[in-house]
Amino acid sequence: MATLQTRASARLMMTPAVVLLLLWMAVPLSMTLYFSMLRYNLLMPGMEEWAGFLNYRFFLTDPAFLTGLLNTLLLVGGVLLISVGGGIMMALLLDQPFFGQGIVRLMVIAPFFVMPTVSALVWKNMLMHPVNGLFAWIARTFGLQPVDWFGEAPLFSIVMIVSWQWLPFATLILLTALQSLDTEQKEAAEMDGAGAVSRFIHIVLPHMARAITVVVLIETIFLLSVFAEILVTTNGGPGVQTTTVTYLVYVQALLQFDVGGASAGGIVAVVLANIVAIFLVRLIGKNLE
Amino acid sequence: MRANFLAMMTCSAMTIAVAAQAETLTIATVNNGDMIRMQKLAGAFTEKHPDIELEWVTLEENVLRQRVTTDIATKGGQYDIMTIGTYEVPIWAAQNWLVPLDFGPEYDVDDLLPAIRAGLSMDGTLYAAPFYGESSFVMYRKDLFEEAGLEMPEAPSWDFIGEAARKITDKDSEIYGICLRGKAGWGENMAFLTAMANSFGARWFDMEWNPQFDQPEWKEALQFYIDLMNDAGPPGASSNGFNENLALFQTGKCGMWIDATVAASFVSNPDESQVADKVGFALAPDKGLGKRGNWLWAWSLAVPAGSQKTDAAKTFIAWATSKEYSALVAEEEGWANVPPGTRTSLYENPAYQEAAPFADLTIKSIQAADPTSPTVEDVPYVGVQFVAIPEFQGIGTAVGQQFSAALAGQSSVDQALSNAQALTQREMQKAGYPK
Amino acid sequence: MARAVSTRTRLTFTVIGWLVGFVIFFPILWTVLTSFKSEGAAIATPPQFLFFEWTAENYVEVNSRSDYLKHFMNSVVISLGSTLLGLLIAIPAAWAMAFAPTKRTKDVLLWMLSTKMLPAVGVLVPIYLLFRDAGLLDTRIGLVLVLTMANLPIIVWMLYTYFREIPGDILEAARMDGASLAKEIIYVLTPMAVPGIASTLLLNIILAWNEAFWTLNLTAAKAAPLTAFIASYSSPEGLFWAKLSAASTLAIAPILIMGWFSQRQLVRGLTFGAVK
Repeated sequence: MATLQTRASARLMMTPAVVLLLLWMAVPLSMTLYFSMLRYNLLMPGMEEWAGFLNYRFFLTDPAFLTGLLNTLLLVGGVLLISVGGGIMMALLLDQPFFGQGIVRLMVIAPFFVMPTVSALVWKNMLMHPVNGLFAWIARTFGLQPVDWFGEAPLFSIVMIVSWQWLPFATLILLTALQSLDTEQKEAAEMDGAGAVSRFIHIVLPHMARAITVVVLIETIFLLSVFAEILVTTNGGPGVQTTTVTYLVYVQALLQFDVGGASAGGIVAVVLANIVAIFLVRLIGKNLE
Repeated sequence: MRANFLAMMTCSAMTIAVAAQAETLTIATVNNGDMIRMQKLAGAFTEKHPDIELEWVTLEENVLRQRVTTDIATKGGQYDIMTIGTYEVPIWAAQNWLVPLDFGPEYDVDDLLPAIRAGLSMDGTLYAAPFYGESSFVMYRKDLFEEAGLEMPEAPSWDFIGEAARKITDKDSEIYGICLRGKAGWGENMAFLTAMANSFGARWFDMEWNPQFDQPEWKEALQFYIDLMNDAGPPGASSNGFNENLALFQTGKCGMWIDATVAASFVSNPDESQVADKVGFALAPDKGLGKRGNWLWAWSLAVPAGSQKTDAAKTFIAWATSKEYSALVAEEEGWANVPPGTRTSLYENPAYQEAAPFADLTIKSIQAADPTSPTVEDVPYVGVQFVAIPEFQGIGTAVGQQFSAALAGQSSVDQALSNAQALTQREMQKAGYPK
Repeated sequence: MARAVSTRTRLTFTVIGWLVGFVIFFPILWTVLTSFKSEGAAIATPPQFLFFEWTAENYVEVNSRSDYLKHFMNSVVISLGSTLLGLLIAIPAAWAMAFAPTKRTKDVLLWMLSTKMLPAVGVLVPIYLLFRDAGLLDTRIGLVLVLTMANLPIIVWMLYTYFREIPGDILEAARMDGASLAKEIIYVLTPMAVPGIASTLLLNIILAWNEAFWTLNLTAAKAAPLTAFIASYSSPEGLFWAKLSAASTLAIAPILIMGWFSQRQLVRGLTFGAVK
């Protein structure tokens, strides 16, 4: 289809992006790889020595590592489930004509603009706190026992906060995908007597498939690196219930200032992230064709 | 001749250039109230030193710590003055990262509180000047104690605290006998628990750097804490830090609160606190072993080695930590707002004693803490509520997670301690201890 | 909508829509309300909704304490600069991937995305060292570069998905007419791609605006954007809810207003090029 000339110019046009990303990836990555083989603590300069795979061994055999891996998957999976599921429902709702639609749409999008630290602080202290929080007040008004969110369901609480931040993104993209659906197509199906549910499954959902893929991929990338919310609310505790792989890397890098350990952790995280990515692409890759 | 003349010309030209060009000091500081006040009052300094301009980077504690540590360790040179704590000073000074501070006689360095000065010095040389210092003590509700027919001694024991807390607790009307830190973190629950454990005779490491969580003292301390919090603590305690407890106390939900002495000015401020006129103070509890469960901390100003503006930086630090600055604050904002816990002269000042009813107990608490000998038995480390080694932030936070799990009821005290022991051993082995 | 919608249905959806919108928006509304309270009232129980003493003291305090305008301008320059630079690099790449795909295109695309998966905390020290040596610490240029690189994969990806939807036969037709590559881009592709580019632009401005790791860790006094402004109000010793709320409101407001005005572009561009 494409001529030789277009192919050559295509390559030329891709070059800047590819080369820049290659540099961006290669320089820090190779430095990170190198550091990961060193015993290198920022706070103890002059002690750097070759350590081989020591840092990897310590990172991978950390008793918190496996839990951290599981928590990462639960966090990413949970937020994806809530934000995509919720996003579809929000999109369907916002697709209906009603009064003040524009205002409601903006209200729904708004959480996307709040910085993670702030939303975590607001949720933890002003809403979810079991004594002074608003939820506790509501529960007591109805004569219920307030829930100790971060004590009883810490990971779930964090999933909720993060989902709230990412729901707008999913809603926005899914809503616009939905609005691009041919009205005639919908009406034709309606004429055929298809019920709302079957219309949704057979027409709406397939139409949104690609948008869902985009949401899942982009959110996954951002969710894998979530840690500000954890830091502010629970510091990874109680126990290791809210410790994720990224949080473990954070502990190495910015609490221990162990550059060697953090680099090893970073490399492990990249490898894991790529496994997740490959898996994801297998799962939903056909939507990209 | 000519060369000489040229050299002279260049010389004088340079002097003029230096004089004309004001030096800009970039100051990294934490966003606590006393520092904010310093920023507001700094006009008095620049008026006197028109050749020095100040640029402020004010950050929350965690962000500040990661910023300044990264910068000083990589010699990034972004800051001329850094605000650091008693944890950083010994570690950084040992690396020669800090400029030794020597001030003129009018600074009166001997006026600094000995405990604080010792924590900021190495081999007798001061490496950071204390801006404000704090210890921890008991804050309690006089009205609730009266109702329950209790009287708080000035130096209570842990047993009394436990008994009183349980007696005051009235969960139906949301009165919890005691609020203590529970959120995991080396500067959160571990600051409190380490100081508390000191008074129970426990310690982090023995002289060979072996972790001591398998010893009965730790078990006794942790068990006491968990039982107390289960019986008399507020719900959600496992994620409460300083600010959460402050909010609880100020809204009248706590009978007692053991925390930083700076909290005293917040809880007794009628603009913020609903219980301002009902608060009493007492020393941190003990177990009769000679150590009390209180800590010592000082936010201090230091100059990173390699800074091009050392002299100007020292001039500013000398001003900000001087008696003159205290007097300035007193004049502008009242004695109660003077940065506490750094100078003996402040606590001898009757005007201050009158304005700050907690002054006497604050100074007693600070004097009761000794960072160079924090525990009942000997230890190889410096620091009351921390261990001044680079690995501590990570280890302390991981141990804190274990203890907060025990508080949340997700693991037993024994389980938490054996996990803490194992993980500390592991990290110390990785770091190459014993050294 | 050609369908006639009964007033009753419309009213039902109005109620549901507003209710759901209100619930989602509530934490932000609560933050804004809190910013007008005194610190004491902010933690009062039972919570005070509207009947408290409204005060602007927090805004006065925030403005006297820090230079909002400086941080705001840094945020604008950094988010706009990084997005524009990113688009400049990404548009040709995405075009090439969409219209002249090879066997390896998908691999390249995935590889680009995977560059984003390196956790930033893990590479802070290498980047910090590089920035120190290049003199880029605490400069806007440095941040523009970092954020460009950080968001480039997302930009390429989003543009690629839009471009893919542009029917190929239009391009074929243009080629038949003997249009050169340049003409193809200017006259055929650009008009069809503008909505997609616009919404990519907007989304990336939002992402860059909220980026809180690099912007905090690579700046000091000069280039610090609004994320640093907020970090100076969160979690000090003592009560801070009202002041943090005021600072957050100030930081959110510009981007929320931008979102309000650009809503139509944002939505139109995101229709994945569904050209009828």
